[in-house]
Amino acid sequence: MSAVWSDVITAVLVLLAALMCLAAGVGLLRFPDVLTRLHSATKPQILGLMAVTLDIAVTNFSVGTVTLVVAIVVFQALTAPMAAHLVARAAYQTDHLRPDLLVLDELRDARG
Amino acid sequence: MSSVKQRLGGMLSQLPLFLGLVLLWALLWGKFSWLNLVTGAVFAAVVSVVFYLPAVQLSGRINLWRTAWLFGKLIFDIVRASVDVSWLALGPGYTPSNAIVAVHLRTRSDLILTWTAVATSIVPGSIVVDIERVDSTLYLHVINMHDAAETDAFRARVLATERRIVMAFGSAEDVERVCRVRGEENRVVDAPGSPGPHSRPDLAHPAESSDPQHSDPQNGAQP
Repeated sequence: MSAVWSDVITAVLVLLAALMCLAAGVGLLRFPDVLTRLHSATKPQILGLMAVTLDIAVTNFSVGTVTLVVAIVVFQALTAPMAAHLVARAAYQTDHLRPDLLVLDELRDARG
Repeated sequence: MSSVKQRLGGMLSQLPLFLGLVLLWALLWGKFSWLNLVTGAVFAAVVSVVFYLPAVQLSGRINLWRTAWLFGKLIFDIVRASVDVSWLALGPGYTPSNAIVAVHLRTRSDLILTWTAVATSIVPGSIVVDIERVDSTLYLHVINMHDAAETDAFRARVLATERRIVMAFGSAEDVERVCRVRGEENRVVDAPGSPGPHSRPDLAHPAESSDPQHSDPQNGAQP
C-alpha cells in the first residue's frame, strides 16, 4: 500500500472519529435531560473509537495490534451499554427525567 | 457413575467460555504462542475457580453464517445510527421528543435476553432503562420518537435483532418460538388498527410462564 493511500485512509477515519466526538460533546450541551444526554455521551464515540482503532490496525498492521484493537472494541462495546444502563436506571428511579419530553412511557404504565 | 458423567458434561458445556478466556489472554498479549496458550489456560482455570459464578446456560448450538450476518448487521446499524444521532446533535431544528418503550421479547433464555439488551443499547439512540426478567421485557429509552408509528417500528427493529441473535446461537426451542411468533405477528399486523405488541398472543402461552428457570422472584427489577 502506497503512503498516499495510507494517509487518505488515516485522514478519513480520524476525521470521522473526531466528528463523532464533536457530535457527542455538542449533544451533551444541547440535549435537555439526563436520559437524552446519555445517548450522546455514550454512543457516537463507539463509532469514533472503531474508526480510530481501525486506522491504527490498518496503518500499523501486525497481529499484535489487530488483536489488541479487537479486544479494545469488544470491551468498549460490552461496557458502554452497562454504564449507560446503570446511569439511566438510577436517573429514572430518582425521577431525574422530564416526562414532558416523553411521548410514551411504558415503564411508568407497567409499574403504576 | 452417572454423576461423574454429568459433571464431565457440565465441564464440557463450559468449555466454550473457558476457551474464550484463553483467547482473551492471547488477544491481550498480542500473540498466539504456546507459552501464551498454556499460561492463558492456567489463568482461565484459576479465574473460573476463584471468581466462581453460576454457570451460563449455553444453548449448545451455533450457526456461523447467521452469526456473521448478526455482527455485520450490528456494525451497519451502529454506523447508521451514529450518523443519525450525530446529525440530531449537530443539525439545526432539534426538538426533543423521546419515548420509553416496552419490548416483550420472545426468548426465555437469560443469555439471549442479555445479548439482545447489549446489542440494542450498543446501537445509538436506545438505552436499556430496565429489564423485567420474569417475562423477558426490555424497557428502552429511545431518542427522537414522535408518534406510535415510530415506536412500533422501533419495537419491530428490536424484535428483529432478537431474532437474528436467536437464529445465530439460540437454543432450538427459542428458534422454534421466534419463528412461530413471527408468523402470528404478521397476521396481527395485517389486521387494521392492531393495538400493538401488548396484545401479542405468545405471552399467554402457559408453557412459558411455568418455566422453572424464570419463576425466580428475585429479578432485581423492583425499585
